[in-house]
Amino acid sequence: MRRSLLGRVWPGATAVALSLAFAFPVYWMFATAFKANKDIVADTPVWFPTSPTLDHFRKAVAADGFWTLVGNSFLVTLVAVGLSLVIALLASFAVARMRFRGRRGFVLVMMMAQMAPWEVMTIAYYMIVRDAEMLNSLVPLIAIYTVMVLPFTVLTLRGYVAAVPKELEESAMVDGCTRAQAFVRVIFPLLAPGLMATSLFGFITVWNEFPMVLVLNKEPGAQTLPLWLTSFRTTFGDDWGATMAASSLFAVPILILFLILQRRAVGGLTSGAVKG
Amino acid sequence: MSAQTEETTAARPASPSSRGGAAPPGRPREGKAQPLPYLLVLPAAALTVLLLGWTLLKNGLLSFQNLGKRQLIRHVTEWTGLDNYTNTLSNSEFWHVTGRSMAFTAVNVALIMVVGCLTGLLLARLGKGMRLLLSTALVLAWAMPVVAATTVFQWLFDQRFGVVNHLLDALGFHSMAGYNWTGDQLSTFFVITVLLVWQSVPFVAVNLYAATTTIPKELYEAAALDGAGAWKRFTSVTLPFLKPFFLATTFLEVIWVFKCFTQVFAINEGGPDRLTETLPVYAFAEGIGSQHFGMGAAISILTIVILLALTAYYLRLVLKQEEDDL
Repeated sequence: MRRSLLGRVWPGATAVALSLAFAFPVYWMFATAFKANKDIVADTPVWFPTSPTLDHFRKAVAADGFWTLVGNSFLVTLVAVGLSLVIALLASFAVARMRFRGRRGFVLVMMMAQMAPWEVMTIAYYMIVRDAEMLNSLVPLIAIYTVMVLPFTVLTLRGYVAAVPKELEESAMVDGCTRAQAFVRVIFPLLAPGLMATSLFGFITVWNEFPMVLVLNKEPGAQTLPLWLTSFRTTFGDDWGATMAASSLFAVPILILFLILQRRAVGGLTSGAVKG
Repeated sequence: MSAQTEETTAARPASPSSRGGAAPPGRPREGKAQPLPYLLVLPAAALTVLLLGWTLLKNGLLSFQNLGKRQLIRHVTEWTGLDNYTNTLSNSEFWHVTGRSMAFTAVNVALIMVVGCLTGLLLARLGKGMRLLLSTALVLAWAMPVVAATTVFQWLFDQRFGVVNHLLDALGFHSMAGYNWTGDQLSTFFVITVLLVWQSVPFVAVNLYAATTTIPKELYEAAALDGAGAWKRFTSVTLPFLKPFFLATTFLEVIWVFKCFTQVFAINEGGPDRLTETLPVYAFAEGIGSQHFGMGAAISILTIVILLALTAYYLRLVLKQEEDDL
């Protein structure tokens, strides 16, 4: 292997530059959130929070209705993701393990549904929810979010169910389990990693969802955190410390989930991408 | 964001094995209909039909109605036939926005694919430590929630205290000190583009890297034996192997960028002077913002039609492949 000095150095140098570019915005969010105000509005940027403070976090947390919105966001996300997991598990089991008329049709509908342009259909949702007199309620939001993540969940879980060897299930049934028991005792434990990986992406989708709640829920008490975060700047002016503290609080649950599930989720998804 | 893009690829490994997943033992394969699979599929199918199918239909119906504030309050339905469509299609504003959306999508997807693929290939080339560093940075950007990333980019590009203006100033572009990025159409689009590319590149890069790891080593060895140089090996082994990946990812990114609402809206609400509205934001501004709900519905139907036309080739391919697999 004869390579010039340049040839040996550039991949590493590019990698470092790219790493900086991709990590910097995330770093800058946390750094700003912990910096004292005088460092934030300094003429030359202060690259490290030298005198860290929690003032900005206090301010963000003390904002009107913060805890209500945190509650709303968690409620909406957990219920929608949980519901879609249960519903999708039933459907994906049927699709992966049974043969029936309409199976192909069902899968094709799911594939189309997962590409549905939700962002563009908010007007119709607004009219439907308004006619049902359910604006400013979390119930329609949960229902819509459940359906939003359902196709992805069905199609992904189908792969995980199919990956569990059928022989395991059959031998459990030979040993006297009913089909339901075989499912609960044999297949379900093996599906747990798949369920976690799938729920990560459902969680991200719902936690981030913005256009639907923007259109449907105008009342502050029925909103979720993405709305709060986008209106934060308007409320607090150019208080970047508090805005970045609010962004950090919003990002932390997802970042933690991602770090915990990342290896499995990314691995699972990428191994999927590979075989395609 | 990523959830939208992974699914097709993720679902695929199932297909070959599900072919073998026929009826359970001791049950008739064909013939009498078994109620069980239908019961299992029913909740998912019913919810999708009710909440997605019905809404699409409703969207279509609304687009034929004159539905403004007055009709909304009085709960009256005024059918206007094709008026909303003829008005929209004869409005030069709509065509401006359409052209803008197409250009926006083309630029973003091209940048995402080029930067993403180069980063993925770089990942494949790096040593262990460097690869860990870069993939950690990529995953960090990937995991960052969309709305949080949007506020962070507003801060990075802030007029007075933003890091970007400071760095440009320090690099000698003194006119950029105090530059107002959201005051102008192109510079606003520039910020949105940087944000979208930053958010989407990790998905492309990590998946491309994963795809390269599955290329059998023997192919490279054989090519080397035949006297192929590095570039020749790249074009004759790597590229053909990754072709299906390029196709799928490009189209997923087209779908994702074209219907993107949150980033475009949150950075500057389509401003200045509505000059950065793309079709989804335009439909929102006309329909919800100015309370011309029927008109907004017509625009959203047209948007969906354009999106379908843009991705028809890919959709046909996916559906056909899925049919073959089933």
